Amino acid sequence: MKIHEYQAKDLFRRYNVPVPDGQVAFSVEEAKQIAAGLGGFPVVVKAQIHAGGRGKGGGVKLAASMEEVEAFAKEILGMTLITHQTGPEGKLVQKLLIEAGQKIEQELYLSLLVDRATASIVIMASRDGGMDIEQVAEKTPERIIKVYVDPLMGLQGYQIREVGFGLGLPPGAMKSFSGLLSNLYTLFVAYDSSMVEINPLVLTSDDTVLALDAKVDFDSNALYRHKDLLELRDLSEEDPMEVEASKFNLNYINLEGNVGNIVNGAGLAMATMDIIKNAGATPANFMDVGGGASSEQVENAFRIILADPKVKAVLINIFGGILRCDIFAQGVVDAARKTGISIPVVVRMEGTNVDEGKRILADAGLDLIAASDLSDAANKIAAAVN
Amino acid sequence: MSIFVNKDTRLLVQGITGNEGSFHTRQCIEYGTCVVAGVTPGKGGKMMDKVPVFNTVAQAVKGTGANASLIFVPPPFGADAIMEAADAGVAIIVAITEGIPILDMVRVKNFLAAKKCRLIGPNCPGIITPGVCKIGIMPGKIHKQGSIGVVSRSGTLTYEVVDQLTKLGLGQSTCIGIGGDPVNGTNFIDVLSAFQEDDETSAIVMVGEIGGSAEEEAAAFINANITKPVVGFIAGLTAPPGRRMGHAGAIISGSSGTGAAKIAAFRDNGIHVCENLGEIGRICKEVF
Repeated sequence: MKIHEYQAKDLFRRYNVPVPDGQVAFSVEEAKQIAAGLGGFPVVVKAQIHAGGRGKGGGVKLAASMEEVEAFAKEILGMTLITHQTGPEGKLVQKLLIEAGQKIEQELYLSLLVDRATASIVIMASRDGGMDIEQVAEKTPERIIKVYVDPLMGLQGYQIREVGFGLGLPPGAMKSFSGLLSNLYTLFVAYDSSMVEINPLVLTSDDTVLALDAKVDFDSNALYRHKDLLELRDLSEEDPMEVEASKFNLNYINLEGNVGNIVNGAGLAMATMDIIKNAGATPANFMDVGGGASSEQVENAFRIILADPKVKAVLINIFGGILRCDIFAQGVVDAARKTGISIPVVVRMEGTNVDEGKRILADAGLDLIAASDLSDAANKIAAAVN
Repeated sequence: MSIFVNKDTRLLVQGITGNEGSFHTRQCIEYGTCVVAGVTPGKGGKMMDKVPVFNTVAQAVKGTGANASLIFVPPPFGADAIMEAADAGVAIIVAITEGIPILDMVRVKNFLAAKKCRLIGPNCPGIITPGVCKIGIMPGKIHKQGSIGVVSRSGTLTYEVVDQLTKLGLGQSTCIGIGGDPVNGTNFIDVLSAFQEDDETSAIVMVGEIGGSAEEEAAAFINANITKPVVGFIAGLTAPPGRRMGHAGAIISGSSGTGAAKIAAFRDNGIHVCENLGEIGRICKEVF
């Protein structure tokens, strides 16, 4: 689960990870009030959306006066910000972070991640702050410091020094850095983060370090033990159809194509998208109803897909294991009766109780196209949309 | 022979009295698996059908000589259940549970490093040696005894592959789902080396998906160490970056974990690549 920069910085403050003074503003008036309380200029006006690349897209401005704060706040609030992470449709800016400007000596990069291969928490740091870290890693891997933390032992002092001196921090800044990294690690573990990124981390002229930016992502599997985080979820940043699907525990991702699909199991769902593409069509979504879906879940999945205006045909691909084909077929029939089907629907079923499932579909008298196997299903769906 | 599980496997089921636990225990017994015990804290002394239930794994092991465990407990207790089994000396631990927090698994994995046990999963369908022993939730019927080893990160996708093999008369030695989580126990390389050692396995099917670099590492390992023919498949070539595709581990982060990179690694290392799932049975028939 992603949160906004201002929310991440509130969390940082609670864990004594230094950040600039600032607050979130929902209107131009609020922005001015907060700026007045910061006690001087420059003041930074930052768009708050769940995507990176905000500066390049025109969503971050440095204001030298109250007039500029007002002008920038007016300009950014309500704008549709397009960055390399938002897609071409962009994201509507509904809130701003108003922050005190800093006297920056140096910009650095710092992040914590779960490393899959070593089953540990990895600290990544670089002197090349403020840049796209992927590009730094690709072009100049020697400029990236990586330190792996044993999760059973926790972060050790020597590891903090390895990162700090590796970044070339002056000895006078080490105390400040040590506190920051140690507290950041504590926060990472306490909240089951999957990623914490500070880009840039800045060294100021008085030898302290602070987080100029803050990006935090949490492990959604661990949210049950962090109820306070649920309040930070911003549904307006999420796709409305994905929000709807999540209410029914459906793994759904909205994509750009026109072939809707419903599959049980994530791996098979991905492979089904690939099959659609191979046949010369494009998937409109990823939809995994789960290995053991109920017929109600199936019905909701079908309803959500049929409500998508870009969907011109639907491919249903089920391999019955725990989810029996007859249960699935009943869900499809119920949904079809309630919503009606006006587009071609190709069904391919295999596995547990497949004959019973096929009989239910056939007896329902619905206008469904049966497919004998995966290749047949792919050809039929391509024919339906092309 | 087969790998990891055989006729001497004595299974205990953690979470045996829950809905899923009892349902799949019955399915495993019906398939022929020797289920000797169940564990549900607080229900020790009771029976689940003819299976005695214990309060702790240690008691179950002591009382029945169980040497494998199948875990169905809910995600908040998943890590604890795995560690309990490992501490009780269970050799093969199969965790079906989906949704265990990743930092829990990070700790578990480091805890297990000092133990003599093998964890399969979590978030997996389990392991089956057709006709002999099934520890998991896969439909037993689609499998057929034979000599192809199957290893996969997925559940239903594996069933699809196995079904195609069986329909073409290609039986399996052992089929293992290693799970869709980013941090898991047994990995591709562990399974591949076991298949290489196993006399009854003559060929291997490896089913991967986007996210992480396990397939790339496995491909290099195959090139260096595996002499048996390998057919590989990768799911998720059309998946967008930055989105989690159902499985916690199926995510392209920046430029890492793409399907294209994995397919390229397969090709570079002499693995027969299947690009269309509908064809995997036919390709295996040709290659093997």
